[in-house]
Amino acid sequence: MSAEPAIIRFEGVEKRYVLGGEADVLALRGVDLEVGAGSYLAIMGPSGSGKSTLLNLLGCLDRPSAGLYFLGGEDVSQMPDDMLSEARGRKIGFIFQSYNLIAQLTVIENIQVPLLYQGKDIRAYRDHCLQLAELVGLGDRLHHRPNQLSGGQQQRVAIARSLVNDPLMILADEPTGNLDSKTGQEVLELISRLNDSGKTIVLVTHDDRVASRAHRIIHMKDGLIDREVVNRPVSVGQAGSTK
Amino acid sequence: MLTFQFISTVRLGVKSLMLHKLRSALTMLGIIFGVCSVIAMLAIGEGASYEAQEAIKKLGSNNILLRSLKPPEQAQQQASGAARGSQLKYGLTYEDSGRLLSTIPGVLRVLPMRIIRENVRFQRNEIACQVIGTLPFYPEVTGAAVVSGRFLAYFDEERQENVCVITTGLARRLFPSQNPLEHTVKVDAFYYRVIGIVQERSQPEQRSQAGKMEGQPLDNNVYIPLNTSRTRFGEVLIRRSAGSFEAEEVQLHQITVQMRDLPAVETADAQVRTMLKRFHDQNDYEIIVPLELLRQAEQTKRRFNIVLGSIAAISLLVGGIGIMNIMLATVTERTREIGVRRALGAKRRDITMQFLVETVVLSVGGGLIGVMIGFVAPSIVTHFTHMMTIITPWSVLVAFGISGAVGIIFGLYPASAAAKLDPIEALRHE
Repeated sequence: MSAEPAIIRFEGVEKRYVLGGEADVLALRGVDLEVGAGSYLAIMGPSGSGKSTLLNLLGCLDRPSAGLYFLGGEDVSQMPDDMLSEARGRKIGFIFQSYNLIAQLTVIENIQVPLLYQGKDIRAYRDHCLQLAELVGLGDRLHHRPNQLSGGQQQRVAIARSLVNDPLMILADEPTGNLDSKTGQEVLELISRLNDSGKTIVLVTHDDRVASRAHRIIHMKDGLIDREVVNRPVSVGQAGSTK
Repeated sequence: MLTFQFISTVRLGVKSLMLHKLRSALTMLGIIFGVCSVIAMLAIGEGASYEAQEAIKKLGSNNILLRSLKPPEQAQQQASGAARGSQLKYGLTYEDSGRLLSTIPGVLRVLPMRIIRENVRFQRNEIACQVIGTLPFYPEVTGAAVVSGRFLAYFDEERQENVCVITTGLARRLFPSQNPLEHTVKVDAFYYRVIGIVQERSQPEQRSQAGKMEGQPLDNNVYIPLNTSRTRFGEVLIRRSAGSFEAEEVQLHQITVQMRDLPAVETADAQVRTMLKRFHDQNDYEIIVPLELLRQAEQTKRRFNIVLGSIAAISLLVGGIGIMNIMLATVTERTREIGVRRALGAKRRDITMQFLVETVVLSVGGGLIGVMIGFVAPSIVTHFTHMMTIITPWSVLVAFGISGAVGIIFGLYPASAAAKLDPIEALRHE
């Protein structure tokens, strides 16, 4: 990456929802945000604070009504749909609360899905996919279907899937929301390890304990960043001790 | 790489369909029936028209057939008046034959025939036959083939020889164990030497009574020289029936006019009609133009095919609507999956492709099975109804093509509905 560009740069981003009639909703009111490479950012906030809207914009699932969004130095704020889809697949790895694996595909096939949409030949990436499965500890369950796996295992498949295109950042939306605390911790552990190895992580949660693993926490309120906490006590390798 | 992506899309489609086996199978069933019925219907139509066309072709498409007809009852009574049993004169004449040859352009040959029903005997065998008095070029006009011996010749004609040529069927029946060429047969009171055996190209019809096209095919023909027929049987034929007797004078029973080529047939048709009308004051003949019949048969076939084809096509359409219905339900059911795929980088057209491929897999799969059943169904129909069926390659292609088109047409709407979904909404969908 040339000259250390920020992975994420928001400049006065607004998002307005037109609800028919005159009452528009301004979900984001000019957010400025910059996230550097290798960061671990947590986004918190009550419902209605604009947290979800911010997440959708970050994930290129939606376009801002005003303002600019540079993702990895590239302006994606007004990209046409196809280019946005392409950028999304290439630059962002998604982890969802409810895993969202594709039911009819096996573990290895689920991991391969994002490759497919980048037009890559999955045969050439077979070893890469196997390594990712090993990384998340599912090397022995490659041909299982999602419904044959536990919640924690499914989420780990989702993590492997999010990594397959080597994205600029991982966007995790309440990744532990559906998991019991023990497996939740394991998943968070895995995410921290990814961050340690250099991946940029953006995590949305309402759970303080989950957020506490991040280096930087922003709190949303009424469509603006209300306050920001820089939280960098956890040095590499000690992440497990801050429960 | 593109093709690889396509193959994996197809594999994915099949996998998704396999998730709901019963549903997919039932959906396919509509297409299967549709394709199967298109093929079967067209095969039945094709078979029926083939039979009709063959029957007509046997008459020879270069020929025009003229036949003597007994005039209608009323005219007959007027003509004969009160005198019962008086002799009735009608039909084609030798003069007609000569005039046809000399006045109609494009005539190659004019073949007059006298056809008399008489029993033919050899030793103790007696078989009802048509004794046909005709000229030596009969084989050239009708396409009959001489199997052994020779056909009648001009010197037989001139000398009014008592010779005859018999058909293979008659030879088999009359001479079970002898060589016919060494024997004579007895017709009425006279003996005729057998000089040849012919194989008819068509089974000659029994002389039809009411101008019907199809008579009972009888392979019992005896050909004798025309002059012999005139002298041995006379011009007046007497038929005794139920106490009264009828005498008819018919010079020629049939004239086959062989034309040079097909265009000549078309022009000659009208000319023959006008000419005969001038010399016959009663309607005592009929004209059969096989070419015209063939054209009509072809037209009938076309209509038949359109009707049958559209009925079958409607069932394909219904199958297509079934597919669309199921695909719309599938899209709703898999909204979440669509959202996930969009989040993982799928473009709108990737989603369109995915669902379109599923629809096409359904319809083409159904089409393939339908083609297979469609190959079997006509033979079942033939087995039970004795209708002839012909499966034409184009009907299979049409049926299969339509099933594929149905898949694309009825798949487009659900697929584009899927692609239009907002990824955020789709991801939130429960």
